[in-house]
Amino acid sequence: MKIHNLALAVGAAVALAAGTAAAGDWSKIRIATEGAYAPWNFTDSSGKLVGFELDLAKDLCERMGSECEVVAQAWEGIIPALQAGKYDTIIAGMSITEKRMKVISFTECYAATPATFVVTKDSPSAGFKTDLEAINLAEVSGDEKTALDAIKQEFKGKTIGVQVATTHLNFLNEYLAGEVEIRSYDTQENLDLDLDAGRVDAALAAMSYWKPLLESDKGKNMVVVGPGLTGGPFGAGVGVGIRQDDKDLVAKFDEAIAAAKADGTISKLAVQWFGFDASCK
Amino acid sequence: MGILSFGDGGWGDEMLLGALMTISVAVASFAFGLVLGVGGASLKLSRLAPVRVLGDAYTTIIRGIPDLLIIYLLFFGGNGAVMSVARLFGYTQYIELNAFTVGVFALGVISGAYSTEVIRGAVLAVPTGQIEAAKAAGMNRLLIFRRIMVPQVARFALPGLGNVWQLTLKDTSLISVIGLVEIMRTASVASGSTREPFTFYLLAALLYMLLASFSNRGFNAAERWANRGVRRA
Amino acid sequence: MSIEFIQEVLPRLLGGLLLTLQIVPLSLVLGFALAVLVALMRLSPNLLLSGLAYGYVYVFRSTPLLVQIFLIYYGSGQFRSFFQEIGLWPVLREAYWCAIIALTLNTGAYTSEIIRGGIQSVPWGQIEAARACGMSRLLLFRRIIFPVAIRQALPAYGNEMILMVKSSSLASTITIMELLGVTRQIVSETFVVFPTFAMAGAIYLSINFGLTRGVQWLERRLSPDLYRPRETGDAIAH
Repeated sequence: MKIHNLALAVGAAVALAAGTAAAGDWSKIRIATEGAYAPWNFTDSSGKLVGFELDLAKDLCERMGSECEVVAQAWEGIIPALQAGKYDTIIAGMSITEKRMKVISFTECYAATPATFVVTKDSPSAGFKTDLEAINLAEVSGDEKTALDAIKQEFKGKTIGVQVATTHLNFLNEYLAGEVEIRSYDTQENLDLDLDAGRVDAALAAMSYWKPLLESDKGKNMVVVGPGLTGGPFGAGVGVGIRQDDKDLVAKFDEAIAAAKADGTISKLAVQWFGFDASCK
Repeated sequence: MGILSFGDGGWGDEMLLGALMTISVAVASFAFGLVLGVGGASLKLSRLAPVRVLGDAYTTIIRGIPDLLIIYLLFFGGNGAVMSVARLFGYTQYIELNAFTVGVFALGVISGAYSTEVIRGAVLAVPTGQIEAAKAAGMNRLLIFRRIMVPQVARFALPGLGNVWQLTLKDTSLISVIGLVEIMRTASVASGSTREPFTFYLLAALLYMLLASFSNRGFNAAERWANRGVRRA
Repeated sequence: MSIEFIQEVLPRLLGGLLLTLQIVPLSLVLGFALAVLVALMRLSPNLLLSGLAYGYVYVFRSTPLLVQIFLIYYGSGQFRSFFQEIGLWPVLREAYWCAIIALTLNTGAYTSEIIRGGIQSVPWGQIEAARACGMSRLLLFRRIIFPVAIRQALPAYGNEMILMVKSSSLASTITIMELLGVTRQIVSETFVVFPTFAMAGAIYLSINFGLTRGVQWLERRLSPDLYRPRETGDAIAH
């Protein structure tokens, strides 16, 4: 047996064991979040986990009639620990991608925001724009190609920072590898510190992360450049990550998310935290 | 200095809680390491060659690879490993391994390897003549262990164990990478939030120095106590 | 363990190893030079010099290396304009140099204590005899003190080198893709945990095994008269 499969098989077996024990019940659900990805989820100065997803999780749990416990988990290990059964779900701004779908399941998408580059205001790229304001990488034709080439041209030879194990890193690896120097950070906050310090020329992350940051004091020296990127390596929006065997839990969450979308709760929370309606349509 | 104040607006109370967590992890890991150290030293001093090899393998491997690698490995892989072992015994429930447990286990295994060497050295330092004399006086093995070995080994091992403690205390900072909220992790979160990394990492350094110097005094006092009645040249 | 996985991953790990093998010797050489200076300062009768040296050694030995790395890397970013003014920013801007600086300062502190111990172990009679022969201070240091001290300090310094190989893995925490950095990247891409870490661990082990052997060989070379199979000392300096 190939070791890939072996590792997954162990994970699956373990998950199955944990799943069968709790199947059909889910009166208690353990949720993991990162706690370092404002405003999706972050830690305030009193040490409490807060953010869009914390409010959303509370709402969804009420709808499902489940008691939820939220734990903070370092981003890098968030999928392996789900597989090992440390918790039952991931609600941590995680995009639904094909790569991740191979290892875990996702609910339908509850929020989606384009990825954008951010530079400091004194950067030579500060005014960078492409003809297209948004690029959907799922369907690249002439105009999209021109815009992607413009991005390549703009950042050629520069250093772009990105958080490790993200769709943003996948995008850079797929589209800009060889053209730019890619540096991956353990947390988005450390990346921000280095963007501020001028150690990276640009940073790539979700618009929903940038917008509130740029409006705050911390982001007063930063500016969004280039087009908004969606689709392709960025996946199909952000969903709840769940072990592949817990199909009943996926269904339960899907139902709650659909209801929260229908009555406008998600839109309201998104406007409150992001400053725009980032809910999935 | 508002950002260092206590209460909801500042990070003073979080840093203090972080320091308490650092102390807890360090104490628990050091204690676990001592247990492993006694076991490891017994393996290395065994009369059976295969047992000695086992002890050697433990100290050589742990002391030859980076502590950070051991921590990552146990963090990412430890849970699955523990549960597959548990499944062999028919236990299928989820076993919780939080960052604290993983951290204490990892640091304990690391400090255990160093404690092994210290304790082994201390055992070898007990003059064989004393043991022969005790045997000649008709003491049984247990009595020799209790009356001759333990008091002297403890005394000989103290300075070395003091070093192991300092090492373990500093190693706790590595546990921050797996998300345990101790001094380093708190400093990191606070740096990101306030954009003042220098302030918080400097504060973290001061806290570690404080802990190191206090515990150093403790060990010195323990050494003086253990050496009371020993004639000094 | 599947052969394909090893074939896929090993070249990347070796690429990371290359960087590790750059960082470690460079920090060791710079750290050694610093350590000699600091050890001489500590042994100097000038109270200011010895006090400075003591303070440096105390601070760097009683704080974790991770704090030192973060303080130098992220901490310097807070004072970017200051460092730009004094012209140091081009160096501090690079994660690579921040890691080298932190590792150098760290090993410098530990090594200076090892050297100090070595120098203090030189029998006083030998120094008196050399003086009686009319040796100058420099000649005395070069011919008597240094060779004796080095021999005495070698086993402990061997351990320090091994600790540096291990410590260099902390550079991965500030985005440097050395051996452990690459290993973590592979794990986060493939989710293959144990085999990847085991391969990296085996590489670290073999470097350190080689180092141990090298130091043993050197010990025998330097003091063939005294040679007897000796135990490696305790590597617990850090």
